[in-house]
Amino acid sequence: MSIAAKANALWEYANPRKFLATSERVLPFFWITSLACICVGLIWGFFFTPDDYKQGSTVKIIYLHVPAALMAINCWLMMLATSLVWLVRRHHVSALAARAAAPIGIVMTLIALLTGAIWGQPMWGTWWAWDPRLTSFLILFLFYLGYVALWEAIEDPDTAADLTSVLCLVGSVFAILSRYAVNFWNQGLHQGASVMRAAAVTGTDTEEKVSNIFFYPLLVCIIGFVLLFIALVLYRTGTEIRARRIKALMARERVSG
Amino acid sequence: MIALLLRDLKLAFRAGGGFGLGLAFFLIVTVMVPFAVGPQSSLLSTIAPGVLWLGALLACLLSLDRLLALDWEDGSLDLLATAPLPLESVVTIKALAHWLTTGLPLVLAAPFLGVLLNLPVPGFFWLVISLLIGTPAMSVIGTFGAALTVGLKRGGLLLSLLVLPLYVPTLIFGAEVARRGATEMEVQTPLLMLAGITAATIALLPFASAAVLRINLR
Repeated sequence: MSIAAKANALWEYANPRKFLATSERVLPFFWITSLACICVGLIWGFFFTPDDYKQGSTVKIIYLHVPAALMAINCWLMMLATSLVWLVRRHHVSALAARAAAPIGIVMTLIALLTGAIWGQPMWGTWWAWDPRLTSFLILFLFYLGYVALWEAIEDPDTAADLTSVLCLVGSVFAILSRYAVNFWNQGLHQGASVMRAAAVTGTDTEEKVSNIFFYPLLVCIIGFVLLFIALVLYRTGTEIRARRIKALMARERVSG
Repeated sequence: MIALLLRDLKLAFRAGGGFGLGLAFFLIVTVMVPFAVGPQSSLLSTIAPGVLWLGALLACLLSLDRLLALDWEDGSLDLLATAPLPLESVVTIKALAHWLTTGLPLVLAAPFLGVLLNLPVPGFFWLVISLLIGTPAMSVIGTFGAALTVGLKRGGLLLSLLVLPLYVPTLIFGAEVARRGATEMEVQTPLLMLAGITAATIALLPFASAAVLRINLR
């Protein structure tokens, strides 16, 4: 198949029937592999890695904190992409996928904030600090809340999809602006990006880098969270499509009855 | 365009137009702050720039739900949408009228309220400058929020939930200018960032506001 044909094949999933059939076929695979990855990653990380020489066993919360934070940001990116697809090509599945993803993003943001607080209490001596990273996650949480509230507030589904899509686009710009604004506003306490740095792995960079002993189980956890996210989005999008169908059927019933 | 601006200004100044409510709200918030944190003048002068910025922001937010809702109710918004004037300029004029009736009075009132909070002398100039540059952005962003929620029956609370996160960058840089000005530090970087945000929102956001308004009027 040529690339163009493959790209066309992707758009076939804009058909709700085709989307439901395929997603139901692949969902069990995603559920099982994601749960397996998370179980293996957590057990490996919790019981078969040494304690950090400075942080003791508290360091192990990284196996929940980092994947959740990663998914919280990527969930917004996915919503941005599906919103754009909705605005440009008007595929309902796309708009419903954005709607389905938002609550997952809220939960991921909350997990990242809470695990961070639980780790921060013994390590930094405080549950919360107005550090740029923490603050921007809190702001991201507020953006998610506004997005979901707008979906809930509007009755007409197409209007709601349009308005939330525009809000998602505008919100993305302002979320990035806020990220840089809070960077400017306060000095950081949170460590910088320290998981995926190639220079640190090869040893040319002596700054703090998560050691490889911790990195491999963390990678398994991240893969597990990505798969879990895909499974949840597919599952919830299916639910949204069915809810939409029930509404349509009931409306038809009322008209004919 | 000028006719529309004059009409909006007239409506705002007339009795029941709500002009002055934002100002009164700003005054009350500022007066309440010493009751909440205590009357020590050293503490008040430290927090004065931030409190005045926050008060101005809340006063601005308070008047947003009237921005388009009244025109929506009596149907003149539909007329404006079908008029030869592009909807982008309609929302820009609406934002300008909102700034002239809400933002500008807040800027002019801020120094007097600064006296109440014992704002340090060098802070007055930078407070006015930062508000003067920052409030237009708040009006434009607020117009976007008002356009998003215009068709909703109880859009007021939702409007605050949607608009406040969008105000974060403006608030951070604006309050930073005022704070640095009050302590006689270098203000150039946050001032330029604030001006950049205002310029960009004025240039780009009316297109988004007009787009959501079209969806709502469909």
